This record gives sequence, C-alpha cells and structure tokens, in this order.
Amino acid sequence: MSNLLKIAARNLLRYRRRTLLTSLLIVIGMVAVLLFISVSGSFKNIMIGQFTDSILGHLEVHRKGYVAAIDALPLNLNMQPNATAKVEEALKQIKEVENWSPRLKFGAMFSTFVETTSIRINGIDPQREAATLPLLAGRISPKPKAGPLLGKGEILVPALLASGMKVKVGDTVVLVTTNRDGSVNGKTFIVRGIMEGLSGPGGRDGYVHIDDARELLRIRDAEVSEYVIRLKDMARLDAVSKELKQALGGLTDKEGRPLLEVHTWADLSPFANIARMIDVLTLFIKIMLVAIVLVSVMNVMIMAVYERIREIGTISAIGTSPGKILSLFLCEGLMLGVAGTLVGTVVSMILIYALNVWKISFIFGQQQTVVLSPSLALGQVAAVAGTVIAVAAIASLQPAWKASRMDPITALRHV
Amino acid sequence: MSLVRAENLSKTYRIGDIDVPAIKGVDFAIEPASFVCFVGPSGSGKSTLLNMIGCLDHPSGGSLKVLDTDIATLDRRAAARFRGENIGFVFQDFNLIPVLTAYENIEYPLIMVQEWPAEKRRKQVLRLLEAVGMADQADKRPDQISGGQKQRVAVARALVSNAKLVLADEPTANLDHDTAYRIIELMRKMRDEFGTTFVFSTHDAKIMGEAELTFVLEDGRIPDGAGKGESPHV
Ligand SMILES: Nc1ncnc2c1ncn2[C@@H]1O[C@H](COP(=O)(O)OP(=O)(O)OP(=O)(O)O)[C@@H](O)[C@H]1O
Ligand SMILES: [Mg+2]
Repeated sequence: MSNLLKIAARNLLRYRRRTLLTSLLIVIGMVAVLLFISVSGSFKNIMIGQFTDSILGHLEVHRKGYVAAIDALPLNLNMQPNATAKVEEALKQIKEVENWSPRLKFGAMFSTFVETTSIRINGIDPQREAATLPLLAGRISPKPKAGPLLGKGEILVPALLASGMKVKVGDTVVLVTTNRDGSVNGKTFIVRGIMEGLSGPGGRDGYVHIDDARELLRIRDAEVSEYVIRLKDMARLDAVSKELKQALGGLTDKEGRPLLEVHTWADLSPFANIARMIDVLTLFIKIMLVAIVLVSVMNVMIMAVYERIREIGTISAIGTSPGKILSLFLCEGLMLGVAGTLVGTVVSMILIYALNVWKISFIFGQQQTVVLSPSLALGQVAAVAGTVIAVAAIASLQPAWKASRMDPITALRHV
Repeated sequence: MSLVRAENLSKTYRIGDIDVPAIKGVDFAIEPASFVCFVGPSGSGKSTLLNMIGCLDHPSGGSLKVLDTDIATLDRRAAARFRGENIGFVFQDFNLIPVLTAYENIEYPLIMVQEWPAEKRRKQVLRLLEAVGMADQADKRPDQISGGQKQRVAVARALVSNAKLVLADEPTANLDHDTAYRIIELMRKMRDEFGTTFVFSTHDAKIMGEAELTFVLEDGRIPDGAGKGESPHV
C-alpha cells in the first residue's frame, strides 16, 4: 500500500505544473465553498437571531385566525381566560421552553396634542418580555438601565413615528383606542424610550405595560392576543412545536376545530424564505465544486493514462494484476483530491480567521451594526472534504479502469 | 522435459476481413537453462512468436506449452499471474519505470507482482544489482543512466523474482555494437549464475553468434526444424 502511494506521488510530481494547477483548482473551489458556507451561515444566523430574539421568539401561540388577520389586530380574536390558562399550563409542562411572554395587541391613535397618527401597540409584561426576547432591550434608546424595559404609564415609541412626530424621551403623549364593544377610551403616557425599527412583522410596533393596555381596552380578564415563546435549544423547534400543538389540540371551538394555532418564527417571518434561498445557493455552489473537481481530476487522469500507455504495457507484461494497475491510477486521483482538500481546508480556516479579525459588519435596521462572525462546524468541513475526495476517486475510476483493461502487446507497441 | 514446446503452432492476425498469417505451423522445443536466439528478417514473425511464448498473446492453432502449461487455456488474469511467477521480460526500449530509481525498478516485481517480505526483498535486489554490475548506480533514475546501464537494470528486473524463462525481443537493437555485445554477455553470465533460460531475438549477425541454439524464422516458418548450434549443456 505504501509503495502504491509512493509510486502515485512520484508520478504526480513528475508533471509538477499540471498537478499544481489541478490542485489549485480544487483548493480554490474548496475555499469558495467553505467561505460561502461560513459567511452565509453567519449572516443567516444573525438575521434569524434578530427576529427570534427581539420580536418573534421561536414559537408563537394565537387564537385560530388571528395571524391571518394580524394587520387588523382584531380584538375579538384574542384568547379568553379558558384558553390562556390552558396555554400557560402547557408551557409550564414542556421542559424545552425557556421563557414565554403574553402580549395584548391593539391598534390606537397616537397624539402629541399637536399631531395625531395611528399606531400598533403591544401590551407586554416587561420582565417576561425581556426574558423571552434578549435582544429587545438593545433596540431601545436610551439604553434601559437595570430594571424593567418600561413601567406603568410609560410607552416605547417606534423610531420612524418618533422622528415623524418630533417626539422625544420624556414627552407626554396620548393613546386613544376603541374597545371591542365600541366605546372609546384614552390614556396619557410618558415616552420612556425610542424603539429602533426592524423590517418584518412587528418591527414598527410601540410597547406599553400590559396592565395599561387592559385598562385602555377596559378588559378585566387575563385576555391575551399572542404568546411569544423562547426555547432552550432552537434545534428542537419542530419537536417542541409538535408537542405544543398536541397539548393544545384538546381545546376546540363550537364546530370541533382546534381553537388555537402554533406558529414557528419561520411561519411568521418572510426572512425564512431568504434563509431557504441561501441554502439553495449553497447547494448550487457545492454542485459547481463537484463539477470542477470531477472535470479537472478526470482530465488529468485521462492525460496520465494516455501518456503512460507503454508504461502500463510494461508493468502489465511483467505480471502486475489488472487490480493493482487500477489501484495505482486510483491512488493518483485520490491523492490529488486529498492534497487539494487539505490545502483548501487550511486556507479556508486562515481566511475565516482573518474575516473574524477584520470584523466585517453591515448595517441592519436603522442604526444597528451587525458584525459577521463566520465559523465552520467540523461536520460541514468533513462533508465538503469527503465529497471532494469521493468525487476525485470517481473521476479517476474511468481512466484507471481503462488502464487496467489495456492489452499489454497493444500498449507496448504504442508510440 | 522441455521448458517450451511448440507443435504445429500458428498465429493469424485478422485485419478487417483479411487474414494475415504471421506464424504458419512451427515446431520447436527449448530445454531448461538454454541460451536461445530467434533470427530472421523483419516481418518474419519473431515478435509474434516471443509474445506467444511470453503468454502475452494466444496462438491461433497448434499447441504451445510453457512449463507444462498450455498457454491457450490461460485467461487475462491467469496469464498475468503466470507471467509474474515464471517469466521475465527485457524490452528493446528498456521500459524502466521513469519515476523509480534503478533499485526500485528492480524491486518493483517483488512488491507489485509478488509480495516478498522487506528484508528478503532487499537482499535479492542487492544481489541482482551486484550481479549486473549496477550496485554503484542503485539510486539513479532511468534518465540519469546510459542505454546499456538501463538494459542491465532491465535484465536484473527480469531475473529478480526467480523467473525460469527470460524473453528478450531485440534487447540490443537500441544499443551500439560494443554495448550490445556486453548485454548479451551479461545475459549469458546470468544464465550460468541463475540457471535461467534466455530466449532473445535479433537482426544482428554478430549477436546471434553468441547464442547456443539459433532458430531461423522465414516468413512464419522454421525451415530446417531443429535449430542450429550446439545443444545446451544438460
Ligand atoms: N497486431 C498485428 N496485426 C496485424 N498484423 C500483425 C500484427 N503484428 C504483427 N503482424 C504481422 O505479422 C507479421 C510478423 O510480424 P512480427 O512483428 O512478428 O515480425 P518481426 O519478425 O518481429 O519483425 P521485426 O524484425 O520488424 O520486429 C508481419 O507481417 C506483421 O505485419
Ligand atoms: Mg519484432
């Protein structure tokens, strides 16, 4: 075996430039794929994190039909105490749930006493909301010091609205809303902070304390529009979603259909499609890598066999078995693949390290800069490296087979 | 018992629809440890005959036994094994493996064809390097030595796995006269030392004089049957 490798290695070194060019091609392809995987993966994770950790959570529970009508913020589709009790009971039972937060959502008129506009409001329990959405506090300016995100009688105003209405922190504003029965109610709030906008659902909402929301809407019961849920491990998303659906499935409306709906962040955010596109692009780039390796290794091996026909005739005449001749050429192709893979992996690691040192950042939302932190899982590297080596072997199979089948007399006579 | 025995042996090539008879029914026998030469003009069938004796090609008719094996019965794989175990080859163009040193070229059959243990292998290779007078060139690659030296290495390679028969189709055609003569001398010395049968072909009258037994091929036949020359020492 070691002798096979020795001969294969020497043959590769015999055509140094050709071997170098082919390996270089494999290295470049490998680096492109690994860099793409790590950068796009980092981008994807950061984007997903922005949504799941500041607005959507990992899972949300609504009354059936609420999400379809979410633009209208329909008060008549809130979950009533019988449902909320059931949801909270179920969430306590599932141990993968890290935190959850109830929201009471409604539309209102927002007035500065000079100008008035419409606004969407989330009534939240500040402690629970902060615990469920760890990045939420980071979107508020001025940054909230220790303590709750906001207190009773305070409001967080979305940045676009604040600049449009010239609202500053500390100003007094009025929210006026109509409740489910049609009666109008108003309440004054002190502006506690400005909320940076984020594209996507819920990215331009204002926030008040849930008790204030209930007071405005004249609700005495524990009525909730949505539950936002954070899991301990996002990888368990689908399993937990299923478990929660099962737990809530018993609750039905008069027609016997389930009363509640469970959605994952991906169901709720258009970014899920972009994330999927990134996965498709990654697949395309991997296919290109396979094509590059296949064509370049096959090309080199076909040349190698053609140039060494007499040599093949010689070793065949002196009794080398067809199987040995096959492995001799397979070894050569494999070595090319392994060498390219090793160098490609090392170069990729160095480049990814460099990207982390340079801190590639991009602007996300209004002011927030997000720093990419590309990384590679061992499994991803192994998968790409394994693919390249396997493709190199497959590419040399045909030329090697041809070499092993050669008739020694014909091969020896070849000029 | 003869080492090689041919009876009414023939070989016909087929090119398209035309049959080209290259060997037209020859009979001969080669005894162990003999030093045999096939001569004849170009196209007379020397290479064709040597290829069949070397189990590289199948006869079209008659019978050919090498070491008591009817070579017509061997398939590709069996023929390869048979060659590896019993037959050594020396080629006109030396045909050493260019990426291997003289030492490694001689060692090649012991690794890739037979599987000898390392120590035994080393002893055997050194012994042959010594025998062909190439011990001081062991680490040189084929492109660093002369034609005569290459052919010495090739003779050593043919002998290294203790072949009983070495076939050399025009082994001296690419060498100058003196060198050619010395290679034939070397082969005969090897025959004396190892008891191996050497069968070679040549155009060269001076070279053919070195053989102990000479068969003259003429248009695919051996006209005077038995072959000329002293019979090999028995
Ligand atoms: N593969 C082949 N296909 C068809 N005809 C062949 C083939 N090989 C040899 N021949 C023919 O068989 C005859 C004998 O050829 P062979 O090569 O055995 O002669 P040779 O004595 O070795 O000649 P030379 O001294 O030129 O090497 C020639 O007529 C040749 O044209
Ligand atoms: Mg010939």
